Order: sequence, then structure tokens, then C-alpha cells
Amino acid sequence: MAYAITRACCNDAVCVEVCPVDCIHPRPDEPGYETAEQLYIDPATCLDCNACLEVCPVDAIHRDVDLTADLAEYATINAGFFATAVS
Amino acid sequence: MTALRVAIVGTGPAGAYVAGHLLRSDVPVVIEMIDRLPTPWGLVRAGVAPDHQDTKAITRSFEWLAATPGVRMHLNTEVGRDVSHEELLALHHAVVYTVGASGSRELGIPGEDLPGSHAATEFVAWYNGHPDFAGHRFDLSSERAIVIGNGNVALDIARVLARSVDDLAGTDIADHALEALRASRIREVVVLGRRGPADAAFTSTELRALAALEAVEVQVDPPVAVRAAVEQPHDDYGVQLKLALLSRLTQERASGAGRRIVLRFLAAPARILGTDRVEGLEITRTELTPSGSSTTKSRERIEAGLVLRAIGYAAQAIDGVPFDATRRVIPNDRGRVAAGVYTAGWVKRGPSGVIGTNKVCAAETVRALLEDHAAGRLPRPDGGDLGALLAERHPDRLGLNGWRAINTHELQAGKDQGRPRVKLTRRSELLAVARHG
Repeated sequence: MAYAITRACCNDAVCVEVCPVDCIHPRPDEPGYETAEQLYIDPATCLDCNACLEVCPVDAIHRDVDLTADLAEYATINAGFFATAVS
Repeated sequence: MTALRVAIVGTGPAGAYVAGHLLRSDVPVVIEMIDRLPTPWGLVRAGVAPDHQDTKAITRSFEWLAATPGVRMHLNTEVGRDVSHEELLALHHAVVYTVGASGSRELGIPGEDLPGSHAATEFVAWYNGHPDFAGHRFDLSSERAIVIGNGNVALDIARVLARSVDDLAGTDIADHALEALRASRIREVVVLGRRGPADAAFTSTELRALAALEAVEVQVDPPVAVRAAVEQPHDDYGVQLKLALLSRLTQERASGAGRRIVLRFLAAPARILGTDRVEGLEITRTELTPSGSSTTKSRERIEAGLVLRAIGYAAQAIDGVPFDATRRVIPNDRGRVAAGVYTAGWVKRGPSGVIGTNKVCAAETVRALLEDHAAGRLPRPDGGDLGALLAERHPDRLGLNGWRAINTHELQAGKDQGRPRVKLTRRSELLAVARHG
């Protein structure tokens, strides 16, 4: 299991501040933040700690198992960012 | 130690984030938040589309901020009319302009002034119940509308025009807009982009929302533009997602669904056609060049009764505050305009980015302000109080309680109708409810 960020993400990055394992990117201090459509959670390192979900001001973060049909694609979209990102 | 007195002009996300960063600093602050409208939160209320209620939830954190001791609100209060820039400067250590970009850019093509041709910003403000636009009328009686521009605002408008009115009825869309959309005869919305699919400024997220609409067919024209774009390498993840989605859309068969949105690429507006009112748009086909796009000799006419230009918001100058009329921003260095004058948000950096982008932008501005404070560069206030000054000369000023009365009223009206909120859209109604609850 992991968490995923979905459509409503507003890039305010409070989730980044509370993530204990730095698995949410791009961070505001990273290149690409200013043009990023949204932030993404790396499912490979996410600890399922729930901290990001609690602080998200727009309820954009869900557990992947809780994603409704209209948001289901976002699990792949989050994972895909880390598969293609130049790191 | 006396508190740092700061006036923030504009209560959209940029202003709210400036207040938030100031409150989190270790300097004691008194913050006066000023807005020309009777309602706060800028484009979250007047810009974010009514069918994106989840995005509007950001205001929960702003409401909390407004209720923090040391923060005062002065709504329905306009700088330049009710209080001058010089007066604000005299009363505070610092004044921060976060007024956004409420104007719109112009195309500069013939026919732009014909009835039926409007700035997208006006249409957005109208369906969102902005009191300055409540009386506007948009002619929705023809079969086709054209939205010029390729950003998220263009997609918002296409979605609002094309999606089922019954869906919109469950949102906080302005009642006058809902009524007009119920009578709409528009069957097709053409969204026009000068460049190719890889250059589109809209996000894959918004494109996905469009593609997911029930009973709305999304077409891409010409499909070959997508195939050409896919063949090029793209580093940007958002562009990759957009192209994947556009490819999928080009492969879907026509469903014959009720309404249609056509994403038309490689087409530039040449002139708006019509004598007494808009009858169509003449476009010039374009081709991509290494530095952008260039027009070809190939022209085409598209019939339409409504043309909306969604080519960008533009900031407007404020009396007494420096303004760069070319770039349409307040000239600044990392948010600093002069010692004691600062700016953040769209009027600082231009109209781009999402809500959270303003948080980082506001942090930079607050850093500059606090540096000037620590270095003793800020002018000392004259000891007067903005609240007292406004009480004397501007009885129509609303405070937080006034907004709370409006908010409670709108939420209750929404509850009664099974909607998130029913907006009051006339200034007189807003003021009456604010005064009498």
C-alpha cells in the first residue's frame, strides 16, 4: 500500500514538511517545483504513516486502496513521476 | 517590544500566505488584511471553477488565519478610494500588495469589441458570482462557442459550457449563470491553441477532468499534431501525461454524445467576424518552428456566436505604487518594492502557477520584509490605526464578523438546496446580510 496525491493538489507542500521519509516531490527547493502540475508520492518509499493526508488543506491525498474510480489513475500517475524523473 | 504593523492589500491566496508566514515568524505582528470586495479569498472564490469544490477547501486554512488574534479584516475597502497608499504607509511598518491580476490581456485583432466577444476573466467572474460582473450577459443562443487560449482557464470555461447543467446545479455556481446555462443552445465548444499539444499551458489534471465528463465528447484537431508531438522527447512529466491522454482521445471513436469539446491546435485567431455582433472567427493555421510557431497562408472561418479570449490575466496599476505597464507587474526584487513596500503573488511575478505556488512566493517576500525590519530599514508608523481611520470615513467597511454573517447565510442557503453554498452576488445584498446577519 501507499498514498497518492490526486487532482485537487494545490502544490502548497505542507505534506512535504511533515513527510518523515522525504518521499513527496518535487519539493519547493527542487528544480521543477515551479512548473510541476502537482506533487507526487513515491510509493516505493512511502511508509503509510498518514501524516500527509492529515495536513493536506484540500484533501487531495488518499490511500491508494481508497481511491475512487474517478481518481484511480492517480496511483499510476504518482508512481510514474519517479519512474521517469531524472534523478 | 512593539508589534510589527503590516497592511496586506488583497486577500487571495498570496495575501493569505503572506499573513501566514508573518504569523509563523518570531516577530510579534499586527496584520490588517484589506480587500475591495465584501468577501475574502480572491480567486479561490471568484476564479476556481464551481465544480472544483475540493480546491476551494483551501479556504478552511485561510479562515483559521483570519481568526488569529492580531489579524484584522477590512473588506469592501478599496485602496485609492477609501484609503490611500500614502496613508497605509504612514500607519504601518510595511504595506504588502497582493492584489493579483484582475484585468485581461487583449488579442489586438479586428472585431474584438463586437458584442459576443468577451474576456474569459469576465465570464469566469460572472459564473462565480463576482459582484462586479453579476449584471453581465453572455449570449449562449448559438450552437458554437470558441475559447481562444490553451490554459486551465480555457478548459474551465469549456467544461462549464459543455457539462450537464444538472451537475452544475449541485455546485456553488452563481444562480444567474445557472439560469443562463439552462437555456444555452451551445452544442460545441472549440478551444483554440496557437501552438501544438506539447506547448499547451493547461495541465494534464484539467484535461483528465474534461475527458471524464459524462455525455461530452472531447475531440482533438488535427490528430496528426498529437502524433507529431509524441514523436519528440519531452522531459516534463506533465507534458508526457498530457500527450498520453491526448493520444487516447484521438483514438476514441465519436460517441455521438450530446455535446462536444474540440481541442483545436495550430490555429491562431486572425479576426472576429460579424457586423453588429459576433458571427464567427477567422483563423490562420500555424506551423511549429524551433522558437514557437509561425502563421501560414491557410485561413479558415469558424461560425460561432460567442468568442471568449482566455489568453491571460493582467494586473492593473494602483495609485501611488510603481507599476511596470509592459510586464504588468509591480517591479520588485524578491518581493521588495522599496523599504516598507512589498508585493507577492500574480502582481509580483505575473499570472502563472497554482494556489500553492503563492506560498513559496509569499515566503520570499516575507523574508525580504523581515530582513528590512531586522536591519532597521522600515519607516516607523505614526501611531494611528487603520480601523479607527476607516470607522470615521468609510462606514461600509466590513470586518471579519461581516464576512462570517455572509458566509453563514450562504452556507445555510446551500444546505437548504443541497448545494455547497448559494452565493450572494449583488454588493447591496452582501452588505445587507453582513450588517444584519
